[in-house]
Amino acid sequence: MNQEVALELRREHEATEKTIFGFWLYLMTDCVLFASLFAVYTVLRHNTFGGPNGRELFSLPYVLVETFALLTSSFTCGLAMLAAQRKAKHEVLFWLGVTFLLGALFLGLELHEFSKMAAEGNSWRRSGFLSSYFTLVGTHGAHITIGLTWMAVMGLYVRSRGLTDSVRKRLILLSLFWHFLDVIWIFIFTIVYLYGSLNV
Amino acid sequence: MLLGHVAFALLGRLGWNQLPPNAIAYGGAAMVVGGLLAVAGLITYLHRWKWLWKEWLTTQDPKRIGVMYVIVALIMLLRGAADAFLMRAQQSVSVGSNQGFLDASHFQQIVSAHGTIMIFFVAMGLMFGLINLVLPLQLGARDVAFPFMNASSFWLFFAGMALVMASLVLGDFSAAGWLAYPPLSELKYSPTVGVDYWIWALQISGIGSLLSGINFMVTIIKMRAPGMSLMKMPMFAWSVMGSMALVAFAFPILTVTLTLLALDRTIGTHFFTAGGGGNAMMYVNLIWAWGHPEVYILVLPAFGIWSEVVATFSRKALFGYTSMVWAIWAIVILSYTVWLHHFFTMGAGADVNAFFGITTAVIAVPTGVKIFNWLFTMYRGRISFRSPMLWFMGFVVIFTIGGVAGVMMSVPAIDYQVHNSLFLIAHFHMMIIGGVVFAFFSGLSYWFPKIFGFRLHEGLGKVAFWFWSVGFIVAFTPLYVLGLMGATRRLDHYDASLGWQPLFIVAGIGAALIGFGVAAQVAQLVVSILLRDSNRDLTGDPWNGRTLEWSVPSPAPFYSFTKQPVVQVRDQFWADKQAKKSHKEYEDVLLPKNSGWSVAVGALAFTFAFCLVWHMYWVLPLAFVGVVVTLVVRSMNDEPEYVLTAREVEKLDQAQARKVKEYEAIQS
Repeated sequence: MNQEVALELRREHEATEKTIFGFWLYLMTDCVLFASLFAVYTVLRHNTFGGPNGRELFSLPYVLVETFALLTSSFTCGLAMLAAQRKAKHEVLFWLGVTFLLGALFLGLELHEFSKMAAEGNSWRRSGFLSSYFTLVGTHGAHITIGLTWMAVMGLYVRSRGLTDSVRKRLILLSLFWHFLDVIWIFIFTIVYLYGSLNV
Repeated sequence: MLLGHVAFALLGRLGWNQLPPNAIAYGGAAMVVGGLLAVAGLITYLHRWKWLWKEWLTTQDPKRIGVMYVIVALIMLLRGAADAFLMRAQQSVSVGSNQGFLDASHFQQIVSAHGTIMIFFVAMGLMFGLINLVLPLQLGARDVAFPFMNASSFWLFFAGMALVMASLVLGDFSAAGWLAYPPLSELKYSPTVGVDYWIWALQISGIGSLLSGINFMVTIIKMRAPGMSLMKMPMFAWSVMGSMALVAFAFPILTVTLTLLALDRTIGTHFFTAGGGGNAMMYVNLIWAWGHPEVYILVLPAFGIWSEVVATFSRKALFGYTSMVWAIWAIVILSYTVWLHHFFTMGAGADVNAFFGITTAVIAVPTGVKIFNWLFTMYRGRISFRSPMLWFMGFVVIFTIGGVAGVMMSVPAIDYQVHNSLFLIAHFHMMIIGGVVFAFFSGLSYWFPKIFGFRLHEGLGKVAFWFWSVGFIVAFTPLYVLGLMGATRRLDHYDASLGWQPLFIVAGIGAALIGFGVAAQVAQLVVSILLRDSNRDLTGDPWNGRTLEWSVPSPAPFYSFTKQPVVQVRDQFWADKQAKKSHKEYEDVLLPKNSGWSVAVGALAFTFAFCLVWHMYWVLPLAFVGVVVTLVVRSMNDEPEYVLTAREVEKLDQAQARKVKEYEAIQS
């Protein structure tokens, strides 16, 4: 291996390492962002201002379907990453596609829930509790939307460029992002929906 | 009628009636527009647009980005200082039957703008400017971890600044104080665009800061020169690392807080409203959970600058390096545990107030450790009192007085007395100006030759220092007294029987002295540029420095190092000088290509925010799609770098050496 190629490889490796570490840091900042929103929700969750509380609004079976859609999408995202390591292009595309559909299903269910609440007069304008509910869950949903857009772009990349090093690096970042959103959802499920249904 | 609807759909709230309401406001607007036209005219006259775009606006070189930060911050310093002079003048005359020359709303806007500008666009700008200029060089790195993101951060900062300046011309600015507490900042009580300008200016520049925080963290952890273990880093790098850790964990809270306030104002949520189940005190908690770390975000790099300046001008290694590092991290942790001391009067109860009172007093300990370490560094050193060192001497006096006042206020019982009074104003100005701004001035005159190749005029620098320091004490000591006498902050008028006027006039005189200091600094810059040939830094090491940035020629070449240095000890460059080691080696250098996309990011962010402020909703999807397209297009470009071969580096390096020889010949 001549020196130039060695230098190029080292540089590529360092760049990947930097990017992944930087993305981790970004995820930590996003974690603080969600932590703030959780804190806001916790402060305001009893401020229903005469409106309905979580127990009256949430349907646990419905949310359970949402949760399974999202958790399964995390699993299929993992399968896509395993395929990417084997450089199996079509498998990657297949599992990315499944992940995308499950994510879209999750998002659709969430939007349906939101619009149903709003139609019943329980929008974010109703009370401090509902403001914080819509903002916390909606911010997660906005992240999911960004993730889906990103996934679509990555699908096009994989199709047109194949699994080059730089494409695989981006797939790693995408999967970090997707799993992170899963973890956040676990907390939303517990703190918003489970506690809300118990009304404690 | 139809025309009105069309105009509203296109322009939202914007209309002719949004132009400035009175003569003073027109003066401000005229200065903004006139200044812009003058600069644009000058660039056109000199045919420099292409040069400006290619060499500066699209650059990804951290040294040049640093220079742009500093220029913007210094211009904003003039704006913020003008606000301060207006306030001092108003408070000197607005007594009894005299209502002064500013109406109440205008005065509150000026107060809010002064605070916002000085923290976000002066202090933060100077900080990120100096970090960009110095940090990579000190680490022996050629660049930051993510050059494109770095340039984008600058343009987001610029967009935020532009929004604040736009508020002088169109509409008004927030009159709700620099942190815009609700319910005053809610739509019901502040129906105009002012608070929206404030929200979006901070939101955009805040996101830029957050990205910078991540960027510099990765730079420090992943890009140090071979051999430079963490404990061999220059102290400035350590302090930046502490500060950027704070940025990464504090700025998301600001993002959330501003977003929630914006939601309250635009889509009718009830986070901080007085009714509807909102909780205004939650805002105050959230904003200070960001705001207190923010103070340390600013002051830690300032401490880093002092560590470099004191060691260099005392000709000694920094005293107590390890304890300095621990002090930084103690401050980082503690700074998250003190936010409630900004509102002891919320009435959280004795236990809570006692906890936050104690943590506040405790944070003075690591700070004291640092002060003593600097003094011990000076002890038995061969101190040379150049202007960077003079700023340090001023800092020690002012910061200590202000710090002791801070410890006083950490006692909740005392704080109840002086809360929201001018005593507090005097305290935090002593910390932020004496601690942070003096450090940045010191750092600017210290590192100026490294960036521009010539030193700042020393005599005028000393004049500026003396005017600033004396003026500062004259301006702020009366405020302690006034605060104890009961004068509150943001006071646009008071009764003659209170007997406050003489003290306010003294404070006004102090402000005028500071004004002379600022004028001396402007003169210093102009004179230094005119007389640059007599102040050339030919060696690259004008102060007999200790750290790696002094090992490269001045002005630092765009490739920074001919070969990445290898580090064995702390203060490697000092050790090399003692060992009389100097040899030149060359290697291929990878550099980022220029990119106009980072300018586009800033422009789109400005458009997005401006249209949000004015409710021109139809533009929002366009700006949003613009951002997405920018990101996707930019991410398709895999290799935004180019190679400078060792041969080319050698040629450039020798050309610079020849230039130095020519100057030496002229000098002798």
